[in-house]
Amino acid sequence: MALTSRKLTDRLFTFVGVSSILLLAAFLLVLLTPITLGGIGAFVFRGTVEHRRMQLELFETGKKADLEADMAAAFEARRPVYEMIAAFEKEIEAQGFLASRKYAEPLQAVKDELRLLLGPAPGEPKPVMYRDQYGQTRWDRARVVLHHLLYDKQYDYSNPDEMGKPIDVPRVNEFKGTALEPLFAYVEQNLDKMLLPRVTLYWGFLTQTSYDSHYFGGVWAELLGTFYLTVGAILFAVPMGVVSAIYLVEYAPATSKLVQLIRTCISTLAGVPSIVFGLFGLAFFINTVGVSQSKSVLAGSLTLSILILPLVIRASEEAIRAVPHTYKEASLSLGAGKWRTIVRVILPSALPGILTGIVISMGRAAGETAPIIYTAAVSVGLPLSLRDTLTQPTPALPWNIYNLCTEHQRVDEIRHVQYGMVFTLVMLVLLLNSVAIYARAKISKRLRG
Amino acid sequence: MAVAMMESMVTVRDQRGDPANKGLAHAPETAHVIAERFSVFYGCNEAVKKVTMAIPAGKVTAIIGPSGCGKSTLLRAINRMNDLIPGCRTAGSLILDGEEIYGPRIDVTALRRRVGMVFQKPNPFPKTVFDNVAFGPRIHGIRGRTDVASIVEESLRRAALWDEVKDRLHENALGLSGGQQQRLCIARALAVQPELLLMDEPTSALDPLATDRIEDLIGALRGQYTVIIVTHNMQQAARVSDMTAFMYVGELIEFDSTSKLFTSPSEQKTQDYITGRFG
Repeated sequence: MALTSRKLTDRLFTFVGVSSILLLAAFLLVLLTPITLGGIGAFVFRGTVEHRRMQLELFETGKKADLEADMAAAFEARRPVYEMIAAFEKEIEAQGFLASRKYAEPLQAVKDELRLLLGPAPGEPKPVMYRDQYGQTRWDRARVVLHHLLYDKQYDYSNPDEMGKPIDVPRVNEFKGTALEPLFAYVEQNLDKMLLPRVTLYWGFLTQTSYDSHYFGGVWAELLGTFYLTVGAILFAVPMGVVSAIYLVEYAPATSKLVQLIRTCISTLAGVPSIVFGLFGLAFFINTVGVSQSKSVLAGSLTLSILILPLVIRASEEAIRAVPHTYKEASLSLGAGKWRTIVRVILPSALPGILTGIVISMGRAAGETAPIIYTAAVSVGLPLSLRDTLTQPTPALPWNIYNLCTEHQRVDEIRHVQYGMVFTLVMLVLLLNSVAIYARAKISKRLRG
Repeated sequence: MAVAMMESMVTVRDQRGDPANKGLAHAPETAHVIAERFSVFYGCNEAVKKVTMAIPAGKVTAIIGPSGCGKSTLLRAINRMNDLIPGCRTAGSLILDGEEIYGPRIDVTALRRRVGMVFQKPNPFPKTVFDNVAFGPRIHGIRGRTDVASIVEESLRRAALWDEVKDRLHENALGLSGGQQQRLCIARALAVQPELLLMDEPTSALDPLATDRIEDLIGALRGQYTVIIVTHNMQQAARVSDMTAFMYVGELIEFDSTSKLFTSPSEQKTQDYITGRFG
């Protein structure tokens, strides 16, 4: 090939390589930026006085005296709202039955929005559901609910060829000239005094359990469940995987048809869809072997361990193969037996590679959803004690992310929890990876001298 | 064992008259390793062809010859390192101290403990200097800290490395220079107290200065150990060895005292090789 065309090919190749890497980085950025921003929102946000009240009553955190002062101030700001409603109710009662009927529905709507915004009105009995016992705990959500209070969402069907267009109709129009008219302006102007938003750093998102399917509280149960499942899977898969790898590299006859078949099976296993592993786990570990009566962390860990076993075997095999042959020769020539050579020379040298395999499979195990649907995960649950992991199912981050994003009653109201969970999962995997990368670097350095 | 050894010596001596057994021409009373029509096959390829020779105890024996002549294969047969190669088998007999090395009841790890080996490329473990030397004694059951430490010091002294590494015993051995690494490997081999030391081109990866030190060391080991050294370098063989064997395409052409082989070889092939006509 001519020199110029060779140079051109080189340049073209460099260009294609660099641009694909840049594209990848851009995708990663597009993916990670919203996760990070949204996820941080679960930890740092403007929390209202209702958040602090909820924290004190449900989790016993925060200073009672400060809260009482805040609550007093907030209730003072809210008092005119309830006074206006009382005055309005008196007014329409005086106007007779027709007026009562006319205003009954709009008034109830206003009252409902107010209850959502500020919590139950003074004097109302305590609601049964936790979610109804408090007003908006986050300022960003409070602004949204305020909008719902001020505007009624209606649909404009004037053009028959199109779908109805949503339009915001100010609720104040319905109450023109009544005692309730000033309420809307008052709430809009004084909302911050009624809710007293304050920048809140909320570590409890990690350490608190959730109340009322994640309306309040954090993801501790999910985090712990994911941790149990991951560690369990590693505990089962690593010894099995490393021993298998040792056998395949050091003991198995390389030319044997059976061993080649085993190798093919391992490769195939690595490509099996994870939902199949889930079904297998249910059919085998729970229904056939009966490790637990129904879903349990144990069954889930076993299923995940089967899922990551091929990864561990492959990585360990490569790592063991990569140990210089001279180490083995040296050890054998000193009169060490095969087993001693493996344990004292080959495995220590292969450790960085094996660790890498473990890390990759840890990330995989932590993030897998399908295998645990049938074997371990539940949507709502308490954090388990170590002993309960043998018999009890657990909530886990990947499953609950799916669950909260799709099957929750009010998906929109808990966006921050969804983002927070995704962020926590990504961070967890990142943390696991960095720990192992650090350990790997440490060991490699010791090996290299 | 002594009886068996005497018997094998007797058979060896009986064959001296046979011209096919030229390796035995100078078989001394104290042969350490005796090969009798010993062959090594890799598959169908006969890499060592019916070699018969008696390697004297306590002396340095060099094996020279062009690449691919089977000298390394013969050396590695003595501690059965060839076992690692799939499809490798042997014929004839190879006897160490009267014991058949390829006999059915031999304990290979025990054999390798008696026969130390130093490889072409320095191959210390990625461990500390101390742990490298202590590896052998430890796997052979020496546990006491002071015992291990004294063996390590003794071995490093014998390998003429102690003074250079005594302050860096707990640093990684891969930080040593190539020559130091090779002497460390010798110390590691000496630490299991072998009777015999096999050296497979121990200086081919080293610079002349380091080579010089290794050769000095081999000289110092003479008398305490039987040393068999395979080398490409004829000058090296002439410098360090008492006996020299010349091999060519798997066959032992000539085996004699070094001074005789290099000054008045009895075979034409040897003459051609040492004068640099081929190889």
